[in-house]
Amino acid sequence: MTSAISLRGLTKRYGEKVVLDDVDLAVGHGAVCALLGPNGAGKTTAVRVLTTLTRPDGGRVEVAGVDVVRHPRAARRRIGLIGQQPAVDDVLAARENLVLFARLHHLDRRAAGARADELLEQVGLPGTGAQPVAEFSGGMRRRLDIAAGLVLAPLVLVLDEPTTGLDPAGRRDVWDAVRALVAGGTTVLLTTQYLEEAEQLADDVCVLDGGRVVARGTPRELTAAIGGDRLELVVTDPSRAAEAALLAERVAAAGAPEGADAGGERVVVPVSRRAGVVGAVVRALDEAGIAVDDVVLRPTTLDEAYLRITGRDRARTEVPA
Amino acid sequence: MTATTLQEPGPVERARWAATDALTVAGRDVAHWRRRPGAVLVGALFPVLLLLMFAYLLGGGMVVPGGGDYRDFLVPGMFVLAMVFGVEATMTAVVTDTARGITDRFRSLPMAPSAVVAGRCLADMASSVLGLTVLVAAALAVGWRPAGPGSALAAVGLLLLLRLAFLWIGIYLGLLVRDPSGVMAVQILVWPFAFLSNVFVAASALPGWLATLAEWNPVAGTVTAVRELLGSPTGDGGGWATEHATLLAVAWPVVLTVVFAALSVRRFQRLSA
Repeated sequence: MTSAISLRGLTKRYGEKVVLDDVDLAVGHGAVCALLGPNGAGKTTAVRVLTTLTRPDGGRVEVAGVDVVRHPRAARRRIGLIGQQPAVDDVLAARENLVLFARLHHLDRRAAGARADELLEQVGLPGTGAQPVAEFSGGMRRRLDIAAGLVLAPLVLVLDEPTTGLDPAGRRDVWDAVRALVAGGTTVLLTTQYLEEAEQLADDVCVLDGGRVVARGTPRELTAAIGGDRLELVVTDPSRAAEAALLAERVAAAGAPEGADAGGERVVVPVSRRAGVVGAVVRALDEAGIAVDDVVLRPTTLDEAYLRITGRDRARTEVPA
Repeated sequence: MTATTLQEPGPVERARWAATDALTVAGRDVAHWRRRPGAVLVGALFPVLLLLMFAYLLGGGMVVPGGGDYRDFLVPGMFVLAMVFGVEATMTAVVTDTARGITDRFRSLPMAPSAVVAGRCLADMASSVLGLTVLVAAALAVGWRPAGPGSALAAVGLLLLLRLAFLWIGIYLGLLVRDPSGVMAVQILVWPFAFLSNVFVAASALPGWLATLAEWNPVAGTVTAVRELLGSPTGDGGGWATEHATLLAVAWPVVLTVVFAALSVRRFQRLSA
């Protein structure tokens, strides 16, 4: 049984710079995989190689068993690409766009028209076919863009940061469209900088950093691997936050020196065991004369897991709750 | 996965799809014209405006060396200038499509890769034929008359050949700069390029080395050859370049087309580097 998407030892260099370094990834049929990573991690390059836009320097890339380097045209028939920005023609009407792309997929005129109408329906844009795209909202434009990537009902849909720059309503629109496709059995690979997006949509998350895979697993596994919980304190006197962080960490994280975060009045400390930790920390702080306004014991967010994996948490002054 | 689905179609089938895809891509431009006729009109009327300005506002003070009416001298020059302006239209279209991700979308489709550029060629040549028709009508309206239908057709052939050269220059520049501000630079540079030729004044009327530059301007051969074909005064005082104007009117565009088409194809392939 082949995977829907398979990258083995994928390597890409631009001059001296190694953009993708021996990346392995397999996505099963019908699964959703999120490629997560900061800017410059190599997400877009991986997507471009997968969709035949960029040639790799090494490794093997297959879509539904088709080698994308040796059989680019066959691969293109199996992939729908939704790029970083909606690649639709603003001047044309929505339906004209879809007919154009359908014709370029070699559907005849009548089939192209029928497919365009189906697609508008499918992505929730019925009745807007005659409207010029220039009049569309960001979310509508993105949905039309997704429709344009679905002309041949591709086995694999690749979305490169599909919700970047969208408002929350637009983001929900896109998520709904993706979920509907997944329900229909499409395999999805999406890149994102938003952990929430990965948590919402993905079965598997693959974290890229500096062109390497630094972690992979289900969203739950990734959070668990980082160490269960976080204790969040709000100290009354911000100037004593650093002191509080040190003290709280010694008590709460016993033997797991991951490093606490202190910024402003807020202190976030990794917790090694839940039992009794809140009382112990508050007592220790009380003895040191540090007043505490609020204490919360909560699970680690995927955000924190991500920042830790990519080694970026130290640079941050505040971790979002 | 069976082997047959991976097999590429045969050469005949491929050529047929390449042609069909190119027409489809060009059809998108035709749809643009239908949706935005104003933009087409402005593009076509700008050379007409220039013709009227130069013929009536400046033309009174112009003397054609060797005699002849300045308006008759100017009209073929304006035809050539309209072809040169085409470089901006082509470049703008290429830059816009690349910047908006449309080029990448085309490249990710199972269509003929050549169709992206071939479609651009077809659409821009069609739009230039349209623009030239409007300009000819305007010239006829202000009293200009060509010599004979046969030589006029030859003149149109030379003009469209020149347009083809500037089309490839436009494609190359569009792929090279990828930035709308680059288009503006070209829009500005077109002017000194045109003035440093025999479009507005005879090369022989320019001082010393400027005259030589103007005579060897890649459009100068076309300007002189078209003037000769249309029976307009050429105003040129001899010299190798002037005497071999028709040769240059063919050679320059052919060389430019070959060079810039090769550069463009390389540039296009480097998109996937």
